[in-house]
Amino acid sequence: MEESIQRTQTDELKPSVTSVGAIGWARSNLFNGVFNSILTIVTLYLLWEIIPPLFQWAFIDSVWHTTGKACRGIDGACWSIIPTNLRFIIFGFFPYESQWRPLLAMFILFGLLFYSRDRKHWTKYLGYGWIAGLFVMGLLMKGGLFGLTPVESTQWGGLPLTLLLSVFGLTAAYPLGVVLALGRQSKMPGVKWLSVIYIELIRGVPLISLLFMSSIIFPLFLPEGITINKILRAQVAIILFTAAYIAEVVRGGLQGMSRGQYEAAESMGLNYYLTMRLVILPQALKIVIPPTVSILISAFKDTSLVVIIALYDVLKTTQSVLSNPEWMGFSREAYIFVAILYFLGCFSMSNFSRKLEKELSAGEQQ
Amino acid sequence: MEDSLPGSVPFWLDPKKRAIMFQIAVFAMVGLLAYYLVSNTLINLKKQSIATGFSFFHKESSFEIGESLISYSAASSYGRALIVGALNTLKVSFIGIVITVILGAILGVARLSSNWLVSRLSSIYIEVMQDIPILLQLFFWYAMFYETFPGPRQALSPINGLFLCNRGVAFTVPAANPAHKYMFLSLILACVVAYVIRRWAKKRQDETGKIFPVFSISIGLIIGTPLVTWLFFGAPTKMDIPKLVGFNFTGGITLSPEFISILLGLILYTAAFVAEAVRAGIQSVSKGQREAAMAIGLRPPLVLNLVILPQALRVIIPPLTSQMLNLTKNSSLAVAIGYPDFVSVANTTINQTGQSIEGVALIMALYLIFSLSTSAFMNWYNKRVALVER
Repeated sequence: MEESIQRTQTDELKPSVTSVGAIGWARSNLFNGVFNSILTIVTLYLLWEIIPPLFQWAFIDSVWHTTGKACRGIDGACWSIIPTNLRFIIFGFFPYESQWRPLLAMFILFGLLFYSRDRKHWTKYLGYGWIAGLFVMGLLMKGGLFGLTPVESTQWGGLPLTLLLSVFGLTAAYPLGVVLALGRQSKMPGVKWLSVIYIELIRGVPLISLLFMSSIIFPLFLPEGITINKILRAQVAIILFTAAYIAEVVRGGLQGMSRGQYEAAESMGLNYYLTMRLVILPQALKIVIPPTVSILISAFKDTSLVVIIALYDVLKTTQSVLSNPEWMGFSREAYIFVAILYFLGCFSMSNFSRKLEKELSAGEQQ
Repeated sequence: MEDSLPGSVPFWLDPKKRAIMFQIAVFAMVGLLAYYLVSNTLINLKKQSIATGFSFFHKESSFEIGESLISYSAASSYGRALIVGALNTLKVSFIGIVITVILGAILGVARLSSNWLVSRLSSIYIEVMQDIPILLQLFFWYAMFYETFPGPRQALSPINGLFLCNRGVAFTVPAANPAHKYMFLSLILACVVAYVIRRWAKKRQDETGKIFPVFSISIGLIIGTPLVTWLFFGAPTKMDIPKLVGFNFTGGITLSPEFISILLGLILYTAAFVAEAVRAGIQSVSKGQREAAMAIGLRPPLVLNLVILPQALRVIIPPLTSQMLNLTKNSSLAVAIGYPDFVSVANTTINQTGQSIEGVALIMALYLIFSLSTSAFMNWYNKRVALVER
């Protein structure tokens, strides 16, 4: 029956040059239709107007290692403001000779964060690692043990302060947020309404009003003679603020649980605490990991608000460099540098969140 | 051992009684904490001899406010100063929201454009803007203003009647004329008529299936009626051009650097989030819907109007409202660059009177009113557009 299949020799027809390769790609992605062609040309023209002068300003006409005076006459960017003041921008008023300590603490933090990226590493030991890591970081910042000279927390500043406020803010806010979410779902009306009032109240007001409260009202709350330092007060405000947002995210996860899960746990004879701890929360919290990462991102960005109550985070140290007469007027360069720092932080977190979302949804489909 | 009857369960094992006990304990704890804080506060206030209550409302404020929608001077009361601040907050939020929604919608659609260049640029914009703190952006724009633009005497004038200098942006507006009031009234009238026509057209379509060109007629009404009024009043074209007098511009409208920086920062930042909401909303409508609509013979504008938009808006509106609320809350950062919004005025009041508790309570109350009314609106809207499951 070989003959039934005719094997005719034909020339393979190649697609025309204009529909494959770079030209074909451009035709189907940039010039499909009159409107798109006009749009492309206008956009290209605008880019041509913007990019080359910007490039010229940032890289060709710019200077990198000069004094502030030498910057005055040039057309390009004066990036010199960054390397010259880098240590102050990053570390603030931390004693100059001990600045290796916050640097090391930041490296430990980044190392732990990097290691935690992979979900395979999420074990009990990683939890212990984090606890030990946070302890070592605290020790490095505070000093006072093992021959490290003590550093007052009023001297903490710059990037370590920003990271401290956001990382500690989230770690402490998370349990509180879970409790509030459970409270809001509770059958006990008293507990439920307290949680609802707290969550809605906090979510309804801007963070800045809580920071004002922490900086000017909170001292009035305490009996005379007791003072709590400013950083801790701001930290508490950030924790109280973030907890309300986490509560709402966790509530979303709890509402996503099917009733069967509760009923199954109940029929096994588990009480409320065990039902939550062993059945509901492990599943609900897993669903809400991606939105939790976006809360971490906003918490990280929101720490910049402490500038308004005069804490020296990385934005404030930059501003105080800019108020130095030698460097006055180079805000563009300085702010772009800080923006890049924030961008790197947020971008890597949101990338991580996207990756995680993909992994988790892949798990659902199996 | 006797079997315990249902009535004689010890109270700590009865879930109902236990719940009551637990709630009493929680309330007692919260109450004790509140009592502790309040009593401390009262003692401290007395010691530092700080007044309490809102009697400072009527006192003379003795500070100036840079820009205000109602008449205000240092001789006015604190109460009036706070109203000025609240109006400034509303002003920047309202203008900000309108422009943000338009820009966000454009960016969101551009993000889904089949044009590779446009969609790529839009996604870069969205990613970058979302990742930079709004406060940093505000500082950046404010510094740009002062470092880029020259003084009023060398003001840049890229087009006739527009002046850019480090005192603000001055531009030409039509000179005041009684016609404007009537044009505004006729605009409102046109909107009302358009709304009535829309309801009537929807009712008629439900009953008879006939389609009435609501959109084009509404647009015609809304643009046409004020235009006719303007012509009726003899088409006044006199312009009020800003002139440099001394160190400042008079005439026209001058926007302060603070106002422009906060507006620009809020718009550029929030538009990125709005764009994401718009993109998600459009993507949430499945391709089958468009295909089905086209299969039953609807023309493309009708496909968009009757099938795609109603479904996309249901997804877009909730995050959009929360972004509007975010913009309003973020406008409180104006205090950092000196735009006299409510927080900034309240802050000055706190510094002068020392009544920090009242000041912060006022700030919180104002924003709570905004957010509670927004969520009331959202609940109403969600009920209205919720899918009716059959």
